[in-house]
Amino acid sequence: MTLESVIFSVLAASAVGSALLVVTRRNPVMSALYLIVNFFCLAGLYLTLHAQFIAIIQILVYAGAIMVLFVFVIMLLNLGDERKLSDGVSWKKIVAAGFCAALLMEFVYILIYSEPSPAVMSASMATEIGTVEYIGSQLFTKFLFPFEITSLILTAAIVGAIVLAKRKLD
Amino acid sequence: MSLNIADFVSSSPLMAVTATALLLILVEASRKGRPGLSFTLSMAGLFAASVFAVVNYSDEQIVFFGMLRQGWYANFLNLVFLSAAMLTVLVSKPYLERQGAHRGEYYILILFATIGMMFMAGANDLIVVFLGIELMSLCLYVLAGFFRTKDTSNESALKYFLLGAFATGFLLYGITLIYGTAGTTNLEAISKNLPTLSSQWMFMVGVGLLLTAFAFKVAAVPFHMWAPDVYEGAPTTVTAFMSTGAKAAAFATFVLLFHQVFQFTGSKVNDLIAYIAAASMVLGNVIAIAQANIKRMLAYSSIAHAGYMLSGIAAGNSEGQTGILFYLVAYTLMNVGAFGIVGLMEKVDDQNLQLDDYTGLSQQRPFLAALMAIFMFSLAGVPPFAGFFGKYYVFLSAVKADMTWLAVVGVMTSLVSAYYYLRIVVLMYFRDGKGDVAAQPAIPALVAVTSSAILLLQFGIFPSFIVNAVQKLF
Amino acid sequence: MIPFWIILLKIVVVLGVLMTAAALVTFLERRISAFIQNRIGPNRVGPQGLFQIMADLVKLVMKEDIVPTAANKTVHDIAPMISISIALCTFAVIPFGNTIELFGYQVKLIIADVNIGILFILAMTSMGVYGVSLAGWSSNNKYSLLGGLRSSAQLISYELAMGLSIIGVLMVAESLRLDQIVMHQTRYLVGWLPAWNLFVQPLGFVIFFVAAFAETNRLPFDLPEAEPELVGGYHTEYSGMKFGLFMFAEYANMITSSALITTLFLGGWHIPFSENWGVSPLVMSLLQVLAFCVKVSIVVFFFIMVRWTIPRFRYDQLMNLGWKVLLPLSIANVLGTGLAILLISS
Repeated sequence: MTLESVIFSVLAASAVGSALLVVTRRNPVMSALYLIVNFFCLAGLYLTLHAQFIAIIQILVYAGAIMVLFVFVIMLLNLGDERKLSDGVSWKKIVAAGFCAALLMEFVYILIYSEPSPAVMSASMATEIGTVEYIGSQLFTKFLFPFEITSLILTAAIVGAIVLAKRKLD
Repeated sequence: MSLNIADFVSSSPLMAVTATALLLILVEASRKGRPGLSFTLSMAGLFAASVFAVVNYSDEQIVFFGMLRQGWYANFLNLVFLSAAMLTVLVSKPYLERQGAHRGEYYILILFATIGMMFMAGANDLIVVFLGIELMSLCLYVLAGFFRTKDTSNESALKYFLLGAFATGFLLYGITLIYGTAGTTNLEAISKNLPTLSSQWMFMVGVGLLLTAFAFKVAAVPFHMWAPDVYEGAPTTVTAFMSTGAKAAAFATFVLLFHQVFQFTGSKVNDLIAYIAAASMVLGNVIAIAQANIKRMLAYSSIAHAGYMLSGIAAGNSEGQTGILFYLVAYTLMNVGAFGIVGLMEKVDDQNLQLDDYTGLSQQRPFLAALMAIFMFSLAGVPPFAGFFGKYYVFLSAVKADMTWLAVVGVMTSLVSAYYYLRIVVLMYFRDGKGDVAAQPAIPALVAVTSSAILLLQFGIFPSFIVNAVQKLF
Repeated sequence: MIPFWIILLKIVVVLGVLMTAAALVTFLERRISAFIQNRIGPNRVGPQGLFQIMADLVKLVMKEDIVPTAANKTVHDIAPMISISIALCTFAVIPFGNTIELFGYQVKLIIADVNIGILFILAMTSMGVYGVSLAGWSSNNKYSLLGGLRSSAQLISYELAMGLSIIGVLMVAESLRLDQIVMHQTRYLVGWLPAWNLFVQPLGFVIFFVAAFAETNRLPFDLPEAEPELVGGYHTEYSGMKFGLFMFAEYANMITSSALITTLFLGGWHIPFSENWGVSPLVMSLLQVLAFCVKVSIVVFFFIMVRWTIPRFRYDQLMNLGWKVLLPLSIANVLGTGLAILLISS
């Protein structure tokens, strides 16, 4: 095993492990913390792909900004133990779990047996793609339009938040 | 690579609505509590955009670095969205005033949602499809919860948001897998490589996830669960917009992706769509019979209509496309009209929303009753209204594509649907009223409802107007 | 290729210096505050009381570690570790000198020379919230929780202004690399004024400076631990070395912020007009490191002075300042810088 594959396996295993812990913890704060751990593992995986910019943005935006708000809200609501909320096992849940398991099996089967798609990027290209310069130039040329749409989405979201949350309207 | 003026000219309908929406934010910020101005401005902006859409109608261009495709198809649908938005805005003003919730933000959100729809119809890249859907849905989530003090409105917003977010997840996973196999999100490039791509399972899983997401958005069985509750709880005018504009946008993208990009005619994918269509028609129409609340009834009917339109996609031929686009025009007009009248009848605190409340309407408000009758006949698919031709083209395409069974299911369920649509007509005309059914007068809403009834008749008697416009597309 | 052990050496040296400096600053703060308040301050242990640091350290280590019964023990333990490791990590991308000839290698005086340097610092700063807010939450004490919440709100609010105020600098330097930013400041404007960003981006400098105070939870922005309102804020329930780690992290953060201000706005290791002195490269490199340290010390001194001169903001004033004054100003700064660059280049 090369060093790269060792690093990859460690990161991937801890990403999956922390993701499992996110959904199994009873305490919402602990779930949120494991989600942060998960984001760090993902950032590490991006680094192994030479995508420094995406990696740091993953930490800055997700772990740093979004999750802070998550933790903030959880603390503010002072959510207790989730156990009271669960309503036991019903036949619907069993059927749903069965469907999910079947779907998972299909996906795994397809992933294992499908032909790998032809590589679109050459190796030298791949290292270049992760840099800030490349992302910046793409963002302001080819992807300028989607980039501007996201700003529209954010504007609409701000208007929406005011509509729903402002204490006193007019 | 650089931008030029042509990019902006050919997407001028989009730019006009965007500019209006941003202007409205400024107006709202500086002139508080004057929603009348926002109403006028948004109507002006939407009208200007429609004029641009007509002027640019035939100008087929790929703009903004391959992200948007403006031309026949986009502008045809832009006109559908813009008229849905205009009719909704007209209907909304008196409705919101009566409900004591007339605020300028409403128009801003309607405009932003319209922009999202226009992105969806004009997309030439999966990223734009995704962002358009998000922009539209985000505004609709908020609009559904616009009556903040009403529990039903809040429930509607929350349900719509949670399930919509779920559908977005499917959409994104689908796009991811497609990008992973195709190496691009550009629709033209994907379409070009389709023969090699469609032999890859991973790609097909992506397509399947996209199909799921769109079935969610158009409320087709088995992803229809959210529709009745959301349609019932949301403000009636918002429901009108959701069930027409948003549905039209979802179908626009559906046709774009599953007709023009992924051509799977005659394959298992189209069989799957056919099953979804049949299930939607049967379930929507049968459950609608049992509804006592008119908004819920129309919600189930909209599930059924999604089924009719899906059969056009399942057929996968040019008649199918013509049928769907014609259907979208007719459906937008008749549904906005029907919900507009429901909004006129509705009183504060959800009064006057039961079917029984329409008893004897013809004696007190004969004009309104006549309009409602037109919409119901059209929804049921009775000639000479436009609803009939929509169904005709869609079922014709199914027969041509060797899916006669689907057409049979469609016709049979249409017969079932006649029962509950015509029941309202019977209640209005052949029963004596309790006395207190009078709808509140409201000029803009009446204008909107009347003009959609007139257009329905016009397109029903002269369907060639729309058909010619549509057939140029393909 | 620089051998691994040189990188390790750099890490050890930087960490050692940073930690010593942080300890020294705690002492300096007590002496300077005493001077300002016309007191004497600690002067008994060692020459001028210098060994007071040792005494404090021993006291903290020997103290009993008390964890409240109702606290979440794991998180209570982790919180100070998060604080201190984030505070120390941040220094990794700050260049404290130009290249230096060492054991036959050209060594860059920066631990990790990554192309996203400034973003790394922003990311680490935003991580710093967790230490404080988790400490507040896990203590299961309402004052601690309030302190933690205040800190989250405060840090989020000022991070925006901080990030946006840097954008002007980045636009001027056209790079995210901190060493490039320093290199860009070694030029001269109008022939005699060093092109430090202090002169090129005065508005950005002021905004960044104010935001840095807020980010380090220092007076006048020390709301998370406002004693009259919150007992001790987020660290009320901490004792012994865990408390010590929080204090230590605060001072390490202060030094890092000062180093960042030096790098971004005060020309980093650059000594103006030193190009004409004609000293040997090795001496030059050492002088530059010295210059960096001097500049950082001046900023640190300023930090301490401000703490003992200016009273604390009220909470709503703090939020108003962040959102209604600094944020619009920093956006205006970005626009202005863009306009200026456009005009100059055309």
